[in-house]
Amino acid sequence: MKKLRNMNPAVRTNFLTYAAVLLAFAILQPMSMAGKLSPTLQGQLVPVCAYVVMALSLNLTVGVLGELSLGHAGFMSVGAFSGAVAASALQNAIPSAWLRLTVAMLIGALFAGMVGTLISVPVLRLNGDYLAIVTLAFGQIIKSIVENLYVGVDGKGLHMSFLQPTVKLGEGGRMILNGPMGIPNISKISTFLAGFVLIMVTLAVIFNLVNSRSGRAIMALRDNRIAAESVGINVTKYKMMAFVISAALAGAAGALFALGQNTIVASKFDFNTSILILVYVVLGGQGKMWGSILAASFLTILPETAMMRDLRDYRMLAYAIVLILVMLATNSPVLKNFFGKLLRGKDEAKKGGVK
Amino acid sequence: MVIFLSRLINGISLGSVYAIIALGYTMVYGIAKMLNFAHGDVIMVGAYVCFFAVANYSLPPLVGVLLAMVVCTVLGIVIERLAYKPLRQAPSLAVLITAIGVSYFLQNGAQLLWGSNNKMFPVFLNGDALSLMDGELRVSVATVVNVVACVAIMLVLSWFTGKTKMGKAMRACSEDKGAAQLMGINVDTTISMTFAIGSALAAVAGVLYMSSYPILVPTTGSMPGIKAFTAAVFGGIGSIPGALLGGLLLGVIEIFAGGYISTQLQNAIVFAVLIVVLLVKPSGLLGKQIREKV
Amino acid sequence: MAMSKREPTKLVPVPSTNIIPERDVDKSPILECRHLGIDFGGLTAVNEFNMAIGRTEIAGLIGPNGAGKTTVFNLLTKVYQPTRGTILLDGVDTHSMSTVQVNKAGIARTFQNIRLFSNLSVEDNVKLGLHNHIDYGLWQGLFRLPGYWKGEKVAHDRAMELLSIFDMEDLADAKAGSLPYGAQRRLEIVRALATNPSLLLLDEPAAGMNPSETAELMENIVKIRDTFQIAVLLIEHDMSLVMGICEGICVLNFGQIIAKGTPDEIQANPAVIEAYLGKQKEG
Repeated sequence: MKKLRNMNPAVRTNFLTYAAVLLAFAILQPMSMAGKLSPTLQGQLVPVCAYVVMALSLNLTVGVLGELSLGHAGFMSVGAFSGAVAASALQNAIPSAWLRLTVAMLIGALFAGMVGTLISVPVLRLNGDYLAIVTLAFGQIIKSIVENLYVGVDGKGLHMSFLQPTVKLGEGGRMILNGPMGIPNISKISTFLAGFVLIMVTLAVIFNLVNSRSGRAIMALRDNRIAAESVGINVTKYKMMAFVISAALAGAAGALFALGQNTIVASKFDFNTSILILVYVVLGGQGKMWGSILAASFLTILPETAMMRDLRDYRMLAYAIVLILVMLATNSPVLKNFFGKLLRGKDEAKKGGVK
Repeated sequence: MVIFLSRLINGISLGSVYAIIALGYTMVYGIAKMLNFAHGDVIMVGAYVCFFAVANYSLPPLVGVLLAMVVCTVLGIVIERLAYKPLRQAPSLAVLITAIGVSYFLQNGAQLLWGSNNKMFPVFLNGDALSLMDGELRVSVATVVNVVACVAIMLVLSWFTGKTKMGKAMRACSEDKGAAQLMGINVDTTISMTFAIGSALAAVAGVLYMSSYPILVPTTGSMPGIKAFTAAVFGGIGSIPGALLGGLLLGVIEIFAGGYISTQLQNAIVFAVLIVVLLVKPSGLLGKQIREKV
Repeated sequence: MAMSKREPTKLVPVPSTNIIPERDVDKSPILECRHLGIDFGGLTAVNEFNMAIGRTEIAGLIGPNGAGKTTVFNLLTKVYQPTRGTILLDGVDTHSMSTVQVNKAGIARTFQNIRLFSNLSVEDNVKLGLHNHIDYGLWQGLFRLPGYWKGEKVAHDRAMELLSIFDMEDLADAKAGSLPYGAQRRLEIVRALATNPSLLLLDEPAAGMNPSETAELMENIVKIRDTFQIAVLLIEHDMSLVMGICEGICVLNFGQIIAKGTPDEIQANPAVIEAYLGKQKEG
């Protein structure tokens, strides 16, 4: 314990975050295996993990890079569909479910990373509101494209068609992705264990990045772009790096999510989902990874519990109010002073009024 | 040829509505330097108010429009005072997130108040105003009203910002708020006024949009809102003629994209236009470049 | 525009040779500006800016407010692209370079209104200055390979060494934004030095400092020049600092150089006095 107290505060927070996730897994996994969890919670284990990873990856863009992305669900969508198509196509080639899931998540990350690279080209030239709007536009474009994509598989491999729902398939071929109908009959191979591992990997990627040369450069862009350029930091390179890593992580989360569902459709990953993830990040605190984990977990499970179900209609309204209040509380000079005084009052009482 | 012309007319008609909405974005952006994400949802509120006035209380359409304008003006001022004013000095990220919160608040508030089921907006602009080329090319009353309203609003606004005291105060605030304040201009009132005008225009646009696309739901405003923002950026944000030009171009592009390429990709193409514009000419067609002070 | 048609400033003949300290005379200058100029729209902000700085010279750029001093810095660091003229850094034309490339080529700067990475620690700010001198990449960082530990160790030691110039090692873990004003200015200098420049540009380094802090700063600037053997060009309004440590001074008014020379020459120059105090009444 003493050692923990003497650590560098940033390192300690990271360490405690890993430990908390591990603890939560260690408690929930045996309960889940023993069937002690309520069916609702049991069903939510994989989606919660996916949303936690979504929130963490968006926090990399919003909290660490300091740019707002309004199309994060688009990356999730790319990962979900590419991962699910891959898993379906590889059903016979890779009999082992966990290996197939790993491959699907990697493919999801790869495709989302590629789309992220493509998107970062215009995004790199913009800042602030314009950048946010472009990510929103890309999110919509991704949705339109996936909604018009038809993919089938036969003995010769994958066949694709855009806009036309006719894919010529050889003997024994079957359709995987049916445009706006999405992918039906997914074999659910995602597990809570896989979700846990993905969260840990995501945390490791983000923490290791932030505490390295590249991560420092990304944060320098957030704090002062002009100063960063003046000390020789390549703005394009590091902005792109943050964007692509964030997209790839979201892609892996998308694959995890998709392979835990019976069906996925493109409209599931719309602007509302992007905003939902943004709510997790804002509520948990920009740049605070543990905050994103907590916010994503609670806000995914809470509306599903029996108690909250009646209030479901108010959920989005409540999120909207939360967004506004958190921003006002953290940025408005008046409220900031008010909260500052409250906190300071406490501190001073502790210190006995010594300045 | 007839198809081309009729699409062009439809595009101009839709574009006129976008232009009116884009004015709200462009004025607020010019003065408060913020993207009022909730602007599209003010359109929706305006449309609902007019809908209830006309459908439930059988008021004349014009009264419905006026009522919608009053409600939206008040709504715009209240939003600005409660949510945006405390954040004048805050980073733009915080302001944008707040605006998104307000947008969601309006959408979900409307859903709770008025339900999520479709409402058919009453048609009060029906029939054709003009019939050309032996009746093959028809111009509807709605189109004429849209274009006339758009041009009239544009002229009045140009006069207002150019000649009146309040309009000059607005232009002063958009140049330099600090200096404007030192010259005795009440910046808070001016910003409120801008929101009021923008929101009143949103109400008009909402009713006009509904006359062409009469299905009213709580999310009705978000798509035209985002597209009108695209139009504002296209024309050059902060510029009133830019909003007109951008709106018309975007309307025509949207209708042509739907007609000649694919209706499924219509929205995707509009957004692709936005991205290309921002890449090629970030300051828009009629906007001015802003240099960052070092 | 009114500015472009204004009466030309009465020019004193600009000395044809630049003031380069004796130890530098046999070497080529580190920086040479030839006919440098920039227009903003119709306004000429800087024009016919000719200047050379010796390899270990401390040079001053002075002039009334709005004379274009910071604009010269922005031209040198390519925040603005010059409209006319050339900048030679160690004999190399920086024409096609970006801000980042100019920094890599050897120019580092501080800012008039402090621009620190205020949410990061003091040490991280200096490490960011060392960014291009830490040689491990993304993957080594992500997987914490040996290169990461080695690179971070080297960077940490170097950062501490640089912070020791201003006795700031104790503040290494503090958040840069929470430092007092003077310490922030010093940190900016350390961060700029960390990029290993051959020319250091200081934009009003003594602004907001009290006389004893300024005196200490003067000593430190000289110390930096002596230790690192680099050239320093500084903008400053505090004449005790400028006259105290600068070997060559260049006076700018309305974007034009009105005088160049040693501190003694500048103090006696009538055009400089006029620019600062206004024209004295005839008779």
